Amino acid sequence: MTRSSLRVAHAVLLCSVAIAASAAKMDAPATDAALEARMKKLEGELRCLVCQNQTLADSNAELAGDLRREVRALAATGKSDDEIKAYLVARYGDFVLYNPPVKSTTWLLWGGPFALLVGGALLWVTIISRRERSVVTAPRDADAQARARARLEATDDTP
Amino acid sequence: MKAARWSIPLAIFLVLLAFLWVGLGRDPREVPSPLIGKPAPAFSLPRLHEPAATLSNADLKGKVWLLNVWASWCVSCRTEHPVLMQLAASKRVPVYGLDYKDRPDAGRAWLAQNGNPYAASIVDLDGRVGIDYGVYGVPETFVIDKEGVVRYKQIGPLSEEAVQKTILPLVQELEK
Repeated sequence: MTRSSLRVAHAVLLCSVAIAASAAKMDAPATDAALEARMKKLEGELRCLVCQNQTLADSNAELAGDLRREVRALAATGKSDDEIKAYLVARYGDFVLYNPPVKSTTWLLWGGPFALLVGGALLWVTIISRRERSVVTAPRDADAQARARARLEATDDTP
Repeated sequence: MKAARWSIPLAIFLVLLAFLWVGLGRDPREVPSPLIGKPAPAFSLPRLHEPAATLSNADLKGKVWLLNVWASWCVSCRTEHPVLMQLAASKRVPVYGLDYKDRPDAGRAWLAQNGNPYAASIVDLDGRVGIDYGVYGVPETFVIDKEGVVRYKQIGPLSEEAVQKTILPLVQELEK
């Protein structure tokens, strides 16, 4: 092995150690405030099934309290946000998620606004181009123009 | 071209009308259960009338049964109760009760007063099994087949009509 390639290998090793060290720092047990913030955010993305327009975080329903307790218990066992969501979806369906997942039954929901936007743009373009065409095809015969000019000049002179 | 002038808004209006019409007939409180077609979540809970003994869903394998989630504090359970009593008297299908987040003594008193339609009731004190079954509005009723798979879920009280038109035909089908 040449001297320079050794040096490169050394540098790579150092970098990977640094990355591993920073990853380890991220995985260290979160402080209570961080966990609390994570739970609040997660509960804000989950729907209470009893009062359907409130999140788990906002709802005072008893079931919401039970589900918050369950979410926190799962988080305490080291489950990720996605795993906790999957746990609730398995029991209550996609309805518990405030952000519905993209799948065949929700294509209209997710794509609808964009389809409307594109449709509206197309409609706009056709209307504009049709209007332009109709302006272009307005009468252009010389007689009519001369008459119009004469009339305009005549009106200019009268006070 | 003239026809398009009014036919497009009319078409949009009709589509909107159809969507709103269907929406009117739907109950937003009825959330389709993801459990349909899946094995019923496992439980092993103390029985209401013999707290020392437990009942688990494995004990019920091999027969079609109903799981009715009820509680003594549940108001709509009172409307449902006569229907359950009648169903129990017909002996068509065993009904097991899940006494959800209830004091066992209150649950027993309620059954003593109103009659007990259940083959057995089990006690879900902290509502954990309720969460496993996706319970969010008591009463709820599940139809579970011989293999222990959830086939149907009724949210809210069972009516005479629901029992005759939905539950019993399904039970008959599953018992074949």
